[in-house]
Amino acid sequence: MIHQNINVALIGNPNVGKTSVFNQLTGLNQQVGNYPGITVEKKIGFCKLPHNIKANILDLPGTYSLNASSMDESVVIELLLNKNDKLYPDVVIVVTDVENLKRNLLLYTQIKDLEIPTILVINMADRMETKGITLDIPFLEEQLKTKIALISSRKGYGIEELKDLIVSYKTIPHEPCLNASVIDTEYFKSLQEAFPNQLLYKLWLVITQDVNFSNLDRNEIRSTFTKSHSELKRLQQKETIKRYQFINDVLKEGLKVDASTATDFRAKLDNILTHKFWGYFIFLGILFVIFQSIFSWSTIPMDFIDGTFASLSSWTAEELPSGILTDLLSQGIIPGIGGILIFIPQIAFLFLFISILEESGYMSRVVFLMDKIMRRFGLSGKSVVPLISGTACAIPAIMATRNIENWKERLITILVTPFTTCSARLPVYAIIIALVIPNERVFGILNMQGLSLMLLYLLGFGTAILSAYILNKVLKLESKTYFVVEMPSYKLPLFKNVGINVVEKTKAFVVGAGKIILAISIILWFLASYGPGKDFNEAEAIVKERTAEKPLNEIEFENAVASQKLENSYIGIMGQTIEPVISPLGYDWKIGIAIISSFAAREVFVGTLATIYSVGSSDNENTIKNKMAAEVNPVTGQKIFNFASGISLLLFYAFALQCASTLAITKKETNSWKWPMLQLVLMSAFAYLTALIAYQILK
Amino acid sequence: MRTTINSLKKNEKAIIKDFDIDIIPLKLLEMGCLPGNVVELLQIAPFGDPLYLDVNGSHVAIRVETAKEIEVELIKIAL
Repeated sequence: MIHQNINVALIGNPNVGKTSVFNQLTGLNQQVGNYPGITVEKKIGFCKLPHNIKANILDLPGTYSLNASSMDESVVIELLLNKNDKLYPDVVIVVTDVENLKRNLLLYTQIKDLEIPTILVINMADRMETKGITLDIPFLEEQLKTKIALISSRKGYGIEELKDLIVSYKTIPHEPCLNASVIDTEYFKSLQEAFPNQLLYKLWLVITQDVNFSNLDRNEIRSTFTKSHSELKRLQQKETIKRYQFINDVLKEGLKVDASTATDFRAKLDNILTHKFWGYFIFLGILFVIFQSIFSWSTIPMDFIDGTFASLSSWTAEELPSGILTDLLSQGIIPGIGGILIFIPQIAFLFLFISILEESGYMSRVVFLMDKIMRRFGLSGKSVVPLISGTACAIPAIMATRNIENWKERLITILVTPFTTCSARLPVYAIIIALVIPNERVFGILNMQGLSLMLLYLLGFGTAILSAYILNKVLKLESKTYFVVEMPSYKLPLFKNVGINVVEKTKAFVVGAGKIILAISIILWFLASYGPGKDFNEAEAIVKERTAEKPLNEIEFENAVASQKLENSYIGIMGQTIEPVISPLGYDWKIGIAIISSFAAREVFVGTLATIYSVGSSDNENTIKNKMAAEVNPVTGQKIFNFASGISLLLFYAFALQCASTLAITKKETNSWKWPMLQLVLMSAFAYLTALIAYQILK
Repeated sequence: MRTTINSLKKNEKAIIKDFDIDIIPLKLLEMGCLPGNVVELLQIAPFGDPLYLDVNGSHVAIRVETAKEIEVELIKIAL
């Protein structure tokens, strides 16, 4: 290869608009993956630069400094210290916010100490005028030993200049902009003498940080130069003070603020949003709007998708030559895929709202507002973010607990988050609610079905909070507690950022769930289409014999044969075997199969029923919902999905841990099988019991 | 009596004097909570905790239990 791509790493504090810069540089040309072995999200994008040069842009997790306090932050240090990593940057871009330049520069001075060419991006330049800020760029460039790109990722200017700087990265100075080792000259001198080939700051990071270093012998360095925890921390404080002194001196000359033009918009909004009444009122109002809209706004596209798949299914059955492949397609694959695609509108809405709340800076106010209340239940204000984003998916939510500093609060948050109503439950809830709750209005405005959905969400939150309270009393864990939350300034969410986020997250959900569902629907179709023995293979003769006295018309006969076959297929036999366990909950064997197949992922439930009912009936035109509504218990003549069994199913899915990925992530984040197993056993038992009680009372 | 951050009133400013380095998290130091810097109490959460501060230009919320450990000197506003 002659033209090697330039590796660029984007680094910055949280809330500086780093992701917007990333999106501006790369557009939709991005790949999202994970760092090997851990669940930190890895985002790489590609960017075409002038002179036919291409760049791989790596968006590293936001970090306040190179002193890592979480797994996300460790990723940054590990990359910057490992020259052999294939993503090791040729040039680093440190993104800062013009309003928080002082604090943002702390990280910048640390990265400069690693002697990697570093470009300084000062973002949000469009706010300089309203805040009365002026910058002396040539002076700052000279003092900070770098090139500066003054940009506004919001208004989109300065990006071309940044691209030019990346191309000419070789001209950017390598040397540090201050000498922090003066805080303890003797110590650092002997450290350098012992390892003359290593960068001093690198050695210092090896001593102070708990991260993986590839080609440095950490034990050797630590054994000679170790200090007590408190001595190290004292030195780190001195280092921080030293860096801030330097930054203050530089900014005294380089940055002028005319306070008279500054507005107090932030203070006014804070007064309302963190008010003891209005704060909570607005928060509840926002939640209410989110859940009402998820149910009512998404019905139109959902009905459209449902209908499309039903007609696609019947079209394939009619147009393609009849045979086993056509059957597999029209009865197995298409209904299975349709069963998941139908939930794209609701999931996209959910991610849309969560993304707006985070982008705007409002989420931090919620943390502030809720901390004292949440602490009573053994949680932290920061647990609110996992609990809310748990309504999208428990996996990122459990990952989001990483910034909870207290281990006990974090563990409890991880354990109870799966009770919140994740988007995989939506498919199950949506279809059952549509079947058993009348589509009527109460008090003129509230839709009963929307209200039921909201109650289920509240039930999820309530159970999470209550179990946290119990866990807090039961778990005996002592851990040092502290709580530091940045309160970012309010920003209008950027359409592009929100849009990309919604598309990425929805895609990940559909592709991830889609693969499982596709595989399961194919297996199910085979199990439902074949069976052992003569009850299955001679179904037509058996039905004919049974109905000899009162012959059925053609359609009735076909349906009778189909259900005779289904009952005696492999899956029918499996389902009837487990029926005694689930019939006290009001379920028949078909629902039982759906529960078993959805053990790994809840959303499979609807797809499974769709496949089973398609095989079990001769018409392909009906939607899944209509097929479910038509199911009747052959013994009692009662509808299978009636009020009692519906409520029982809703409760079962509200509480059961039907998600293999949650177990995996809990194992990863707690580093033990003990906690995921505890989650699984307790949640399943609780789900079975409540569903049992509900059905027995309501039936 | 020792003045600490939690005894400030809303919109009062003070200069950070001293704190026990072993108790205060490094992250807070990095946010600018260092001796000599100015801190302003911006908001108090509804149940009296946490506190929302402007420390050296950074906006950050901390709990009262941490604020109690940070000794400050109130800046008297000359009228």
